[in-house]
Amino acid sequence: MFRNQYDTDVTTWSPTGRLFQVEYAMEAVKQGSAAIGLRSSSHVVLACVNKAQSELSSHQKKIFKVDDHIGVAIAGLTADGRVLSRYMRSESINHSFTYESPLPVGRLVVHLADKAQVCTQRSWKRPYGVGLLVGGLDESGAHLYYNCPSGNYFEYQAFAIGSRSQAAKTYLERRFESFADSSREDLIKDAILAVRETLQGETLKSSLCTVSVLGVGEPFHFLDQEAIQKMIDTFEKVPEEEEGEAEVAAPAEQGGGADGLGDQDVAPMEM
Amino acid sequence: MTFTIPIDNGDALKNAEADSQRTLYPYVTGTSIVAIKYKDGVLMASDMGGSYGSTLRYKNIERVKAIGKHSLLGASGEISDFQEILRYLDELVLNDNMWDDGNSLGPKEVHNYLTRVMYNRRNKFNPLWNTLVLGGVKNGESYLGMVSMIGVSFEDNHVATGFGNHLARPILRDEWRADLSFEDGVKLLEKCMRVLLYRDRSAINKLQIAKITEEGVTVSQPYSLKTFWEFQAFHNPTAGAQGSW
Repeated sequence: MFRNQYDTDVTTWSPTGRLFQVEYAMEAVKQGSAAIGLRSSSHVVLACVNKAQSELSSHQKKIFKVDDHIGVAIAGLTADGRVLSRYMRSESINHSFTYESPLPVGRLVVHLADKAQVCTQRSWKRPYGVGLLVGGLDESGAHLYYNCPSGNYFEYQAFAIGSRSQAAKTYLERRFESFADSSREDLIKDAILAVRETLQGETLKSSLCTVSVLGVGEPFHFLDQEAIQKMIDTFEKVPEEEEGEAEVAAPAEQGGGADGLGDQDVAPMEM
Repeated sequence: MTFTIPIDNGDALKNAEADSQRTLYPYVTGTSIVAIKYKDGVLMASDMGGSYGSTLRYKNIERVKAIGKHSLLGASGEISDFQEILRYLDELVLNDNMWDDGNSLGPKEVHNYLTRVMYNRRNKFNPLWNTLVLGGVKNGESYLGMVSMIGVSFEDNHVATGFGNHLARPILRDEWRADLSFEDGVKLLEKCMRVLLYRDRSAINKLQIAKITEEGVTVSQPYSLKTFWEFQAFHNPTAGAQGSW
């Protein structure tokens, strides 16, 4: 995409019927680090890659609890993501207060999408630069939605957003048909494996990823590092012990310092 | 869309004329509602009377209405406020249906919504002068609750409003069981309504019993109860108080 004379305002159409500012906002989502979501008929798993600005800082929070039955993972401008998470929490709690009942996730994403649409039709606003993977429950079971800066939303069995998400999507495309009947453990394993795909060569460690689960009878919560590491250990063979199988096992370590080399042109506000 | 000419008389608590903008007393009122959970759902009984003070003025008022697919609302107190509540709920159910997404408002949600409405009005010193009974069934679970005009709200296996609290509930406390059949439930409610008919002067002998189950709502045709007035005590009621003053 190149600069053109129709891309200054979000309220300017191009002659071919495009709103470039909205499309640029969707580019911002692709720059953020990967976030993955998958669902079965009863559970939703959200996972993301932990990226830190530098070795000195802690990593950005990319997965938020909205309510016991709804969680959201973001990619793109995290500040926008944080503000939208606060909006979602607010909507959810207002509904709970009035009706003593959890807000169906399908209705929340429509509110969110309508909010995003407003920013595509005001000259004094800009679109939100964040993509949201919203996982939650309603009366018909578990759902996963993707909310776009354009104000569109889609329902998915599994999806990945952010940088190098195509690798994760390829992995998910091969496996998604089995997700609806997956057990909770298999679903989590698939999420972690999808995260590994986006790392492209780096060794998968529990410190590099955050995983969250919610489901019927299970409120939203994060898995702790130990649980994630245990799961990683079941499929990631340690190279020192299994020399003969180094080719078969997950890509061998390529040195811890390879981290982040390709990301130096990512804007600091995006994670 | 209602068209009212706005009158601003100022602060309702300090200015006398401002009172005309808020509810002070009820005018046309309905008397008790009695409701019980039974084996398949909820049964709710009410008479069809609307009193204008001590006059039994209106005799064809339906005080129990279906709300959405899963709930039944009964009201005692000011009839016009009940009609206003039905309008609020109509809008609520309409918006819920417009989502068309497989989710629907159950009795618990409607009960809590009404609690919020009643309590908020009470806080503004402008109450909806009703005691509401909300019953329903959703996903096999029966629900029965009550909200008063000051926002007091609770659930129970059997509820009653107004005089029903004093005359019907003691009967229900003794005789209610969780596994009542439909026939037994109706008999129990009729027993309560008969006592109310004898003893509550605002009760009329024309009642309806509404039933809600997983399948839906049915409201019976109005009918009347058999009464017996030939008790010895009624023949000469002042026998024990001759000539006293």
